[in-house]
Amino acid sequence: MIEVKNISKNFGKLKALDNLNLQLNKGECIALIGPNGCGKTTLIKAILGMVLPSGGDIIFDGKNIKDNTEYRANIGYMPQIGRYPENMSIGQVLDMIKGIRNHSQQLDTDLYEQFALAKMLDKKMRTLSGGTTQKVSATLAFLFKPQVLILDEPTAGLDPIASEILKAKIIEAKNNGCLILITSHLLSELEDIVSQIIFMQEGQLILHKNVEDLKTTTGQQTIARSIVHLLKTATV
Amino acid sequence: MIRILKYVALDILKNKIIIAYAIMLALFSWSSFGLEDNASKGLLTVLNIVLLTVPLMSILFATIYIYNSGEFIELLVSHPVKRSKIWKALFTGLSVSMIAAYVIGAGIPLLIFTNWDIALMMIAVGSLLSVIFVALAFLSSIITRDKAKGIGTSIMLWLYFALLFDGLVLFLFFQFADYPIEKVIVFLSALSPIDLSRILILLRLDVSAMLGYTGAVFKNSFGSDWGLVVSFLLLSLWILLPFYISLRKFRKKDL
Repeated sequence: MIEVKNISKNFGKLKALDNLNLQLNKGECIALIGPNGCGKTTLIKAILGMVLPSGGDIIFDGKNIKDNTEYRANIGYMPQIGRYPENMSIGQVLDMIKGIRNHSQQLDTDLYEQFALAKMLDKKMRTLSGGTTQKVSATLAFLFKPQVLILDEPTAGLDPIASEILKAKIIEAKNNGCLILITSHLLSELEDIVSQIIFMQEGQLILHKNVEDLKTTTGQQTIARSIVHLLKTATV
Repeated sequence: MIRILKYVALDILKNKIIIAYAIMLALFSWSSFGLEDNASKGLLTVLNIVLLTVPLMSILFATIYIYNSGEFIELLVSHPVKRSKIWKALFTGLSVSMIAAYVIGAGIPLLIFTNWDIALMMIAVGSLLSVIFVALAFLSSIITRDKAKGIGTSIMLWLYFALLFDGLVLFLFFQFADYPIEKVIVFLSALSPIDLSRILILLRLDVSAMLGYTGAVFKNSFGSDWGLVVSFLLLSLWILLPFYISLRKFRKKDL
C-alpha cells in the first residue's frame, strides 16, 4: 500500500532519514520505534507530504506522492502535538475540516461520541488541555474512515479511559483491513495491537519484522523484552 | 480555494486590528479634509498619510498574520489540499481585507470631498499599495522561519521604500549631476512602489511642484497618459513577482 524507496532527508548537516526502504501492506498494524530523534516523525511527515524528501520516492497505492495531494484523502493523521488555530473552537475546527474534505460518505463519529466532544464544541482550541487536544486529533484522524491511519504517539497525554477507547478503535480499524502506522515509546501499550515492528536508528532502518518472528527468534514473551534483548546482544 | 478563503476571511475580519486600522484611516482623512477649506490641499495631506501608513499596516499585519497561521497551514497540509491553494487563499484573504479597510476608512471621505476621478485614482492606488505590501510580507515571512526576523525584515523593507528610497535617488542625482542620468532615474523609480504610486497620483493632480525628482523626470519621459499606463503595469509587477517567488518557496517548504 505504501512503498518507501531510498528516501533521504537532510536538515542542514543532519541526516534525518538515510536511504530508507520500506514496504507497508494493508491490514498490518505497524509499530515504528526507535530512540528520540531517530527520524520517526520525519518519516511520517514525508509520507504525508509535509516534509519534502531530499531524495527517493514514496509510492502510495501505486502512485508517486510527488506533486499529488489527493492520496491524503485516504489517510487519517494524528500528530504528536496537535497544533490548531488558537481562536477557533472545537466545533469550528471540525466543521472546517469537514468542509475542506468535502466528504460525501457517512462519517465515523464513534470517537466524537465516546470522547463526548459535543459538550465542548464552543471551547476555544487555546484553552484546551493537552489531552483534550489529542482527543480532537484522534476524532479527526478517524472521522473520514481512512484506509491508512498514521498515529504519532497516540496515547501520550490521554487519560486511561480515553486511551482504552482509542486502543479499541485502533483494533477495530485493524480488523477492518486498514494499514495502521503507530509510533510510541510505550512498548507495553502496543503489545496487543501491533503485528509488525520497524526499528529505526539515526535515520536508518535497523529491523522490520513480524512480531511473532521477533518473539520466537529472541525467545522472549513480550515485544519490549525482545527489543531490549536484541539491543543487549547487539544482533541487530 | 474558495472554501479555505471563507475561513481565512472570517478570521481576519473578526480581528480588531483591521477594524482599528479602518477607523484610524477614517479619522485622518475626515480631519484632513475638515481642517483645510481647500479640498486639494486636504487631498495632498491624505496622500502623504496614505503613502506612509497603508504600506506599513499592510506589510506588518500580513507578516504577523502569516506567522500566526502556522498551525492553520500545518493542519490543512495533512489533508488533501494543494499547498498553492492554501497560500493563495491566505493571500487573497489578506489582500481583500486590507483593501476593504482602506476603502471604508479613506475611500469614503475621498469620494465625498474630492473629484470622482481623483478619488477613484486614490482608491485604486491605495488598494494596489495594500496588495503590494501584502505580497512583500509573504516574501519576507517565507524567507525565515523566525518570527522576529521576519517582522524585522518587513519593517526594514517598509523603511527602505517609504523613507530611504527617494533620498537615495536624490543623492545619486546630485552626485552625478554632470552626467545625463535621466533615463537611469526613470528606471530607478520603478524600483519603489511607493514612489510609483506618488507619481501616479501627482500626474493626475498636475501639481508638478510636488512630483519630487523622480516624478518630474517620469513626466518628461512618458507624458501623463503613458506615465499612467507604465506605472500601473509596474505596480502590478510588484504584486506578481514577490508573491510568485514566495509561492515557489512555500511549495518546497518543510512544515
